[in-house]
Amino acid sequence: MRMNDAHIAVRDVTLAYDSYLVLKDLTFTIERSDIFIIMGGNGCGKSTLLKIMIGLKEPASGKVFYDGVSFWDADPTERNAILKRVGILYQRNALWSSMTLEENISLPLEEYTDLGPRQIKEIVNLKLSLVGLTGFEDHYPSELSGGMQKRAALARAMALDPEILFFDEPSAGLDPINARLLDDLIVELSDSLKTTVVVITHDLASIFAVGTRSILLDPETKTILASGNPRRLLEESRDPKVLTFLTRGQTDADRSSIARCFSGYLYKDGKKDVHP
Amino acid sequence: MSYSPEGATLQIHLKGSWTIGQDLPSAREVTDHVAARPGTGRITFDHSGLTDWDSGLLTFLVSLQNRCAASDLEVDINGLPQGVIRLLSLAREFKELEEPLDRKTPETFLAAVGSRAIGSVRYFTGVLEFIGEASVALTRLVRGRARFRRSDLGLLFSECGAQALPIVSLISILVGLILAFVGVVQLRMFGAQIYIANLVGIAMAREMGAMMTAIIMMGRTGAAFATQLGTMEVNEEIDALKTLGISPMEFLVMPRMLALVLMMPLLTVYADLVGILGGAMVGVGMFDLSSQQYWEQTVKAVNLNHFTIGVAKSAVFAVLIAASGCFHGMHSERSASAVGYAATRAVVVGIVLIVVTDGIFAVITSTLGI
Repeated sequence: MRMNDAHIAVRDVTLAYDSYLVLKDLTFTIERSDIFIIMGGNGCGKSTLLKIMIGLKEPASGKVFYDGVSFWDADPTERNAILKRVGILYQRNALWSSMTLEENISLPLEEYTDLGPRQIKEIVNLKLSLVGLTGFEDHYPSELSGGMQKRAALARAMALDPEILFFDEPSAGLDPINARLLDDLIVELSDSLKTTVVVITHDLASIFAVGTRSILLDPETKTILASGNPRRLLEESRDPKVLTFLTRGQTDADRSSIARCFSGYLYKDGKKDVHP
Repeated sequence: MSYSPEGATLQIHLKGSWTIGQDLPSAREVTDHVAARPGTGRITFDHSGLTDWDSGLLTFLVSLQNRCAASDLEVDINGLPQGVIRLLSLAREFKELEEPLDRKTPETFLAAVGSRAIGSVRYFTGVLEFIGEASVALTRLVRGRARFRRSDLGLLFSECGAQALPIVSLISILVGLILAFVGVVQLRMFGAQIYIANLVGIAMAREMGAMMTAIIMMGRTGAAFATQLGTMEVNEEIDALKTLGISPMEFLVMPRMLALVLMMPLLTVYADLVGILGGAMVGVGMFDLSSQQYWEQTVKAVNLNHFTIGVAKSAVFAVLIAASGCFHGMHSERSASAVGYAATRAVVVGIVLIVVTDGIFAVITSTLGI
């Protein structure tokens, strides 16, 4: 089964912990260089879905395809080959605390490339400079602030120039300015490197700022409540649950102004302007 | 607080300060008062005398409401201060919104036995899985294909080796002293003090050196492994390794096991020698044996077999310590208390394994006659 242009395809995936059903029969497609948002309230199974997509937890049923290859049916070597093309920014950053930033970023490079130490060092410096952490090579993660750790983790996620970047709650623990900078970085990465980005979040500001496509998960029906461009969902959806989520419960407010005020982006002729 | 009954209505006058930390009347007093006056169907409040209130008043009112609801008494809260009314209705609202979780209901005996059984089956499958994965990683290690950082290994060598020397020295010398003391009291009755050298030498080389070192290392290094790996699990660091295609078994467990397996025999030999020194201190210092005599007697008594058995045991203990520490760390739940529990569990299981294995060794060596 091969799907054209579908970078990641999730087909009829059911998530469960033992006998407790979290989400059922999820089917959605993430296309190349999408910024795809998986949103939903607390406890709706967003993170579990991520675990299934990145191979940390096997789905109760259903398949996840990467470029047409079924991840959970693949053998370990093939899985590693898929994972090599994937970068993940974890909610708690997951930087290896016993290693310096440089070591953190060079580990994936040492694992998967034949580069010499000097070339690796150059790449590490480049990645760190992309996230504004030049000069922190020899620092340990615990010596950095939360925002810096998040950026360092992003640098590590980008170490192998992944085709797909997963962000698990990227703005958790960041102040509004840093959250905004991270959003800009996500858009920038997607634009310039054509990276497919999957963001798991319930932060409305990020959702409207970066999302090109999205799904909204519903813990009650345990399935996808709505899908599409988040801004369009806000403007066009008639489903009260969708609107309540996307407007923080202020369903009677002027919707277009909400999108604008949350995202901080201006729209000119339907095109987004990254720096208003 | 005072009451003024009017027909079926009981008005409660709240007076003075109702704050936490004071001796406040309980809701029970009110319901008792109502029970003493049959025919009362409604409770109202008057707060004109109330000077100050906080959660103390609220808890009183909430429990009063609950008690009255149970006995079909109407509670009219309109006579209370505005803030109190709002907070009470907020508390009500959430109570109605969310059903109290039923997971706290005590399990029946059978259900508890069942879930314990399922839990232990899961634990043992986890252990088997761990052993399987460890074996695979070990073969890769032997073939030189395991992926881990050499610099980690260096640190672990020092952590499992040199840094443990002070505590191993202290405990071993004390064990040697104690063995000698206990032994000499008996041996002196036969004028056979010189045999303390045999007693201490053989006991240290065969049993106590390896055993005490193992128990020290379990409490020291095994617990450290469990907390390190448990914390890494909490921080998603292990997930980050897995999604990078790096086996945590190779990257984290193998270097730890390797370091312990290489360092423990060295520590054990050291502990043997220090223990013998401890014995000599008693023998020479207190029971008039010359150090020359003691040394010769020890050399005569202890042969290579004794040493080898002790050292071989220590290598096995090292595997058990590393496995118990790493297994429990990697299977820790994601919370601070779970990491503590993992460390406790690792040490308890580890020490049990060490003692049981030591017993098995004793049976084997005595059967083989060595």
